[in-house]
Amino acid sequence: MNVSRRIVLHFPPNITGQPVVYRLVKDFGLTFNILKASVSPGQEGLLVMELSGEQKNYDKGIKYLTEAGVEIQSLSQDVVRDESQCTHCGACITICPTEAFSLEPKTRKVLFDHNKCVVCGLCVKACPPRAMILYF
Amino acid sequence: MAKTIAEINEKIRKGKAVVVTAEEVIDIAKEKGVKRAAEEIDVVTTGTFSPMCGSGAFLNIGHSKPRIKLGGGKVYLNDIPVYTGMAAVDIFLGATALPDDDPRNKFYPGEFNYGGGHVIEELIAGKDIRLTAAAYGTDCYPRKKLETLINIKDINEAILFNIRNAYQNYNVAVNLSDKVIYTYMGVLKSNLGNANYCSAGQLSPLLNDPYYKTIGVGTKIFLGGGIGYVAWHGTQHNPTALRGDNGVPRRGAGTLAVIGDLKQMKMGWLVGTSMLGYGATLTVGIGVPIPILSEEILRYTLVTDADILAPVVDYSEAYPQMKPDILGEVSYAELKSGHIKVQGKDVPTASLSSYPKAVEIANILKKWIERGEFLLTEPVAPLPGIESGITFKPLKERPI
Ligand code: SF4
Ligand code: SF4
Repeated sequence: MNVSRRIVLHFPPNITGQPVVYRLVKDFGLTFNILKASVSPGQEGLLVMELSGEQKNYDKGIKYLTEAGVEIQSLSQDVVRDESQCTHCGACITICPTEAFSLEPKTRKVLFDHNKCVVCGLCVKACPPRAMILYF
Repeated sequence: MAKTIAEINEKIRKGKAVVVTAEEVIDIAKEKGVKRAAEEIDVVTTGTFSPMCGSGAFLNIGHSKPRIKLGGGKVYLNDIPVYTGMAAVDIFLGATALPDDDPRNKFYPGEFNYGGGHVIEELIAGKDIRLTAAAYGTDCYPRKKLETLINIKDINEAILFNIRNAYQNYNVAVNLSDKVIYTYMGVLKSNLGNANYCSAGQLSPLLNDPYYKTIGVGTKIFLGGGIGYVAWHGTQHNPTALRGDNGVPRRGAGTLAVIGDLKQMKMGWLVGTSMLGYGATLTVGIGVPIPILSEEILRYTLVTDADILAPVVDYSEAYPQMKPDILGEVSYAELKSGHIKVQGKDVPTASLSSYPKAVEIANILKKWIERGEFLLTEPVAPLPGIESGITFKPLKERPI
């Protein structure tokens, strides 16, 4: 059986830059489509991708990533904004890797484009009044 | 044409005062000229809405039967420890206080989801708060334990008293190191990944009265959705900070201590806030009216984001190590464009201070004054200005 899932990979600094992802192709025969990447050597990295392949290979690939120290999050979760809590400060704007937040130029209100959100969770704890809520 | 506060108040009472926000006044003066604008405009309103750690509330909870002396004892509100070193049933709830069992940064970065600021927010929301107290007992105050719910509407006093708020300008925080850092200026990404600033710029109270010519002790203000007063200059008030030719400080400079009855403050204007990896605090809404007593006073309120410069500071090294180095200066107009240049790199900017809320505050204050509900006060003492020579001193450590 083939599966295809959208996942978020958090890389600790020490393994960023290693060709971890490419081993998924070589060793496990999986295919992937990178939706968003922010990985640079020596830094914490983030990769959002759609990973597809045989279920048993997929499971092996995920196991390999976990053992390599990569933290994996599935995108079956959802992040929404509690509009009554948002103060429109803007702290989230530079935090979000997919630019889901933008400023309305005239009012300087912070707009949240739910469609751009890949549920990485970074804004949830970075939002000072905790207006971004992660649902499982 | 000089006006007095008494004359302006007369117009406010009659509903005839001309009130504009510190944003609106810029275009009005451009259109009409400074002289005419100064004649026509009576009050310019300002606003700011930012995390302000120097905040807290005094509460008098009333005497229990039998009596208990909380002074010198241990008291918690929703598990947040409060200060008791005062009279029997007076306590002080500080914005940054944390539950004893909060893991803090043991699991780095700590989340700090609930602290003193959050209790203040819940008090205003009218929620019941759990008070637990242990005291040592005396002949006149025999009780040693108290566990009860309290509510802001039942206690004698709830007074917001913020010892340092409304900073006149502030640093722009960046991170030159190669790992993410968690600061009171928000999450700072490595290698100049972002730049965070925290000021309402052209709307900010003290940036519109750079020499404290109208704002003084006793000035009546918008505080947390209700009415408050400037109580004193704030701690770390630094009037002698570097200033531009326009008089506007180019570094953090003046600050305000403010006070007001918490019972009349409103939800949404005092917000419990969590800074990842740093701590809990309170976001405070403040608006200060500036009486246009002369052309000179009006001129100060015409300051625009392009005229206000802020220093860019590295929070991975220079700030924690108390090094005076800055990486340059940028204007709030540049900051608000979404990008600044630091060391030749294009750095995306974000704000911790909410400009839309600052605009809302300035407009609410404007409405109050226009409707004759809010009269201006004459300061009873000025804030220390440049002539005071007051400077912000570092700690001089001496061996014990
Ligand atoms: S950080 Fe939170 S409160 Fe600030 S604009 Fe973003 S969602 Fe709103
Ligand atoms: S969870 Fe937050 S930071 Fe992550 S993609 Fe969605 S909006 Fe952006």
